[in-house]
Amino acid sequence: MFKQRLSGTLRLGIVLLGLIAGVAIGAPWLAPYDPNEQLDPASGNFRPPGTRLAAIERKDGGWLLADSVRRTSEGLDYTRLGTVGRLAAVEVANLTADGVADSRYFLLGSDRFGRDLFTRLLYGARVSTVIAALTTLLALTLGLAVGSLAALGGGLLDGVLMRGVDALLAFPDLVLLIAVAALFRPSDLSVVVVLGLASWMSVARVARAQILALKNREFVLAARGMGRGWLGIWWDHLLPNALGPIVVQAALLAGSTILIEAVLSFLGLGIQPPRSSWGNMIAGGQNYLSTAWWIATFPGVAICIAVISFHLVGDGLRDRFDPRLRTTADG
Amino acid sequence: MISFLLRRLGASVLLLALVLSAVFFLIHLTPGDPSQLIEDPRMTLEQRANLRRIYGLDRPLIEQYGRWLVATVQGDWGISMVQQRPVARVLGEAILPTLALATTALTIQICVGFLFGFAGALRRDRPLDHLLRAVSLIFFSLPVFWLGLMAILTFSVHWPLLPAGGMRSIGAEALPPLARARDLLAHLILPASVIGLASSGALARFVRSSLIDALGQEHIRMARARGLREWRVVGVHALRYALAPVIQILALGIPTLLSGSFVIEVIFSWPGLGRVGFDAVLGRDYPVVLAGTALAAVLVILFNLFADLGHAALDPRVREGLAAGAR
Repeated sequence: MFKQRLSGTLRLGIVLLGLIAGVAIGAPWLAPYDPNEQLDPASGNFRPPGTRLAAIERKDGGWLLADSVRRTSEGLDYTRLGTVGRLAAVEVANLTADGVADSRYFLLGSDRFGRDLFTRLLYGARVSTVIAALTTLLALTLGLAVGSLAALGGGLLDGVLMRGVDALLAFPDLVLLIAVAALFRPSDLSVVVVLGLASWMSVARVARAQILALKNREFVLAARGMGRGWLGIWWDHLLPNALGPIVVQAALLAGSTILIEAVLSFLGLGIQPPRSSWGNMIAGGQNYLSTAWWIATFPGVAICIAVISFHLVGDGLRDRFDPRLRTTADG
Repeated sequence: MISFLLRRLGASVLLLALVLSAVFFLIHLTPGDPSQLIEDPRMTLEQRANLRRIYGLDRPLIEQYGRWLVATVQGDWGISMVQQRPVARVLGEAILPTLALATTALTIQICVGFLFGFAGALRRDRPLDHLLRAVSLIFFSLPVFWLGLMAILTFSVHWPLLPAGGMRSIGAEALPPLARARDLLAHLILPASVIGLASSGALARFVRSSLIDALGQEHIRMARARGLREWRVVGVHALRYALAPVIQILALGIPTLLSGSFVIEVIFSWPGLGRVGFDAVLGRDYPVVLAGTALAAVLVILFNLFADLGHAALDPRVREGLAAGAR
């Protein structure tokens, strides 16, 4: 029964991750509007979730967002910012029989520039997943290289490499990240590099432990006896057998990467506006907590869901791969 | 035990030297030098060169490094470029608030983490366990700065119960000591709870699995067979076995706790190392950044040292393994 429930968590995690990936890939088609669209900031800003506004397109190209419109015989009466305005029919480009053809629906509210938060949230999923994927890839590569070298090299090399890893693990990474991010101009690449360099150590530890446990097993010794070089053995025998726990570590790492990227962007040292990331969206709402709670709230929920799904997948995979946990689960 | 202590101390000093050097060279790798920070177009090349001589920037990097290292060890951390006060004083004022916040958060983390972990392990696979595991996972996955903002939104904006930031109310110095302590406590509750709760998730998960592991051991069955009371079996025998790895996890979590307090200090305007460090980074106040990073490293290394000693005190295998020179 316990086992079934665990595979349930794994399944839930995979479904959630799939959803997030789908949102990230499909953002341009799923999002109702353009992420940087500001039709009428003065009227459209700080709108609470679920607000629908009529969008009046004027002949001169400008847009007005009105709380309500009423079609009259001469043209259009509208309420905007608490005052009633009137436009003649010739001034309005998208006039219909009972009002205007366009509207804006702020499902999760709008920010201080009148941009749709729901749209920006969907586009933010792209940033978070791409940064998390690239960073995890970088951390996996570095960690596998260092961990394998330490395990296969042994002796002094092992000692030096692993003490270095211990040293880096003991350091408050955020402090270093903030220092580096502030000293070099933040760009997507620098965020990935900085995050990757700060997070490969756990992978290195797991990889080393795995390969150490494998390298004296019979099948590896047999391959040695047949005259294969270490590189071939590493690729054919060690890596495939060591991969399980490393993948688990990678999933947990991807979760924490999303968190750290969000912190960096929140502090203004990560993804730069106007591009939306969940972290900088929260930063955009920080000063308006008392008047527009929705700006900072929803991106945080999105971060939570993304991180939880990575952790669910990581936990679920670990329980599958680790027979020790499975036997204790039976007890 | 003595040789173990000496080994750990030696390793800590080495680690500290490494961190300091890394920070120094990192800052000098970045383009430009501090003399260019004084943006004055009227300054002649000669004056600029003079300035570089005063700061010692005209000397070889390795000599600058040596001088900086000696001065740092002697406690001369330079002058803050932004505040024009000795860095030692700027950071000295910030260290107590940070320690107060971090220790309160640590206490909350340990209380909640152990409570959840124990309850989960003793009620394993029952509804309470599932609930606590879900809550722990959520705490574990929350962005701590967002939790901070939500706490402000809930407890300062929606229900104005607690102050939204700072360490003291305006005019608090004039209050009698008891009221002043209450004022400080009111400011401390929100940020400390946020950090403590957010970091308790990982701890609860670990305490739970560690305790479940401990309860399955032979000596626990033995203790039960001897007819010991359940609270003694769990609270003494299992706890001792489970505590050693938990302490290690706590120590590994100290950098995360400090990182968490860094961001939370920024959000709550808590006048600690995080706030000071963040302002220094934004203002490119190099001496403060350098010394602040070093100080954070010292704190982390000290906490790790204590944790290792605690681990060794609890688990004789650790002591002997290291004392025998296994590595």
